[in-house]
Amino acid sequence: MTRVLTRPLLEIKNLDVDYGLGDEAVKAVRDVSLTIHRGEVVGLAGESGSGKSTLAYGVTRLLPPPGVVSNGSVVYHPPTGDPYDVLNLSHHELRKYRWAETSIVFQGAMNSLNPVHKVSVQLMDAIKAHEPTSSKASRLARAKELLRLVGIAEDRLEAYPHQLSGGMRQRVMIGMALALEPQLVIMDEPTTALDVVMQRQILGQLVELRERLGFSVLFITHDLSLLVEFSDRIAIMYGGRIVEEAPSAAIYRDPKHPYSEGLLRSFPALRGARRELTGIPGSPPDLRGMPTGCSFHPRCPKAFEPCSTDLPILGKPDDHVGEPRTVACWLHPVTAG
Amino acid sequence: MKFLLQRFAFYLFTLWAAITLNFFIPRVMPGDPVSSLISKNQGRLTSDAIHSLEVLFGLDKKQSLWDQYIGYWQQLFKGDLGMSFTFFPTPVSEVISQSLPWTVGLVGITTILSFLIGTALGVGAGWKRGSWIDSLLPATTFLSSVPYFWLGLVAIALLAGPGSWFPSSGGFTPGLVPAWDHYFIGSAINHSLLPAATILISSMSGWMLGMRNMMVTVASEDYITVAHAKGLSDKRVAFSYAARNALLPNVSGFALSLGFIVGGTLLVEIVFSYPGVGYQLFQGVQAYDYPLMQGIFLVITISVLVANLLADVAYLLLDPRTRKSG
Repeated sequence: MTRVLTRPLLEIKNLDVDYGLGDEAVKAVRDVSLTIHRGEVVGLAGESGSGKSTLAYGVTRLLPPPGVVSNGSVVYHPPTGDPYDVLNLSHHELRKYRWAETSIVFQGAMNSLNPVHKVSVQLMDAIKAHEPTSSKASRLARAKELLRLVGIAEDRLEAYPHQLSGGMRQRVMIGMALALEPQLVIMDEPTTALDVVMQRQILGQLVELRERLGFSVLFITHDLSLLVEFSDRIAIMYGGRIVEEAPSAAIYRDPKHPYSEGLLRSFPALRGARRELTGIPGSPPDLRGMPTGCSFHPRCPKAFEPCSTDLPILGKPDDHVGEPRTVACWLHPVTAG
Repeated sequence: MKFLLQRFAFYLFTLWAAITLNFFIPRVMPGDPVSSLISKNQGRLTSDAIHSLEVLFGLDKKQSLWDQYIGYWQQLFKGDLGMSFTFFPTPVSEVISQSLPWTVGLVGITTILSFLIGTALGVGAGWKRGSWIDSLLPATTFLSSVPYFWLGLVAIALLAGPGSWFPSSGGFTPGLVPAWDHYFIGSAINHSLLPAATILISSMSGWMLGMRNMMVTVASEDYITVAHAKGLSDKRVAFSYAARNALLPNVSGFALSLGFIVGGTLLVEIVFSYPGVGYQLFQGVQAYDYPLMQGIFLVITISVLVANLLADVAYLLLDPRTRKSG
């Protein structure tokens, strides 16, 4: 399922996100670089508190205070025109960029819809905000089309959020995310609150929609096995940094970082032979006091001398040949440059 | 609709219970209110008045309690609440209908104003935390913790008095004949300024604080983040998403406070000798004027129940989640 993808859509470069200012700041995301190509599905995996969602909020400039992007750039390449840095957009430009270019489906399927407005109102106000000259009839037609797209009956337009099931609400959110045909849809644990059957159903629908409409997806989840099936490329985050990035199949077959391996062994595979689930001992690091060196070393079964003192660089490991992949681990040293 | 009818039936039952209690309480009280009233007002009561009191309290002994009860309801439906004692021989219904416009005018308008202003300020303070509106809060919270009547006393001591433009008591200048002309209305407005300001200042910040805190709570809801992510204008997110949801608890509070318009500001009316229902009640209590008290309690009961019904209706209109079987 790997496609040849060359044209970048969103380039995240050296992004740092802090909560708070000065010395008290908690460094939630550190030096993250990640490129999403046109039409690609990129998975972002990691435990709770690894900085996945913070990264998503940072990239879309939706960080709740006191979160701030303290360094880096997020370069967006529009279909036509010059690329620009999302972080430098003015308030007005940002509003135009949002939803039209990058939309988001949040993890809170239950609370993402405003309880006092009908589904139709919430689908249509997004369209109206970006296409103020559109007629009400055309917006209504588009709202109907969106619901059809995600497999919900048209008459549900008149429903209030509390009259829909969790799965339906999340499908409404996906439909809403596609309202303006964005280039990129960020999915922040979109199926975590749903049962497994509903997860599969919604993800299947998502894959189909993506094939049809051709948008890129940044899929954030802690469920690595899910990503292996649905994404082209996977980035693994730990303690605010990307520790490994590789094509899905490569991660699944041969995880280089011990943390990726641990994550992979924490979930049952969706297909294939059964294997024992082991999990990762210990708990995620406290972001206020990160371990020195590689932040994973206190939990790492394979840690050795340099791990506790020196930070490994993310790069193409010297011992690797073949399709491009990067890892930050002393087991696979990277020659700088 | 079914829900509303159920509520309505419930309130009708409550009304019936309140009126029935109103009927029985004087009758089960130890002693005889009529004879105590007669002895306190020796020589000033005609035998007609005594008889009417006896009828009112069921002391004309020829009737059974049940017949009295039926008679009481019949009187009630005719709008006959008996004779007031303090303002004899004015009927209670007339005393109340004279004082009610004053109270509804003063307290009603200030309640609505304080809700509107307080809520608007609360939206501003909650949406832009740390702005100048938000920094008003400590001051307004201080003012709201000061009792109405004390604020009224301070206002009178500082602002009213000989030579001041603000009158210290009454509803209009003595000697004016109540009429819809500009002398009288101007005088009425002039007299209402101090009590109105007193109520406004002390009740506004409650709305403001409530609204501000709800705004802060709602602002962290997921749907607000979604609204921002959708690229909606700040105004639309603030009003249609945040304030629209934050308003819900405040609206039911407001509807309930409408019920207390009639009886709730007794002390302000006493301090300013304002000719409203509260002041009337005060006088009635002092003079053991049972018919007047009963009449005023009846009006208060009805207004509280109507306000409750209004709160139900408002919630039904504003929050789709309460419309279960819509």
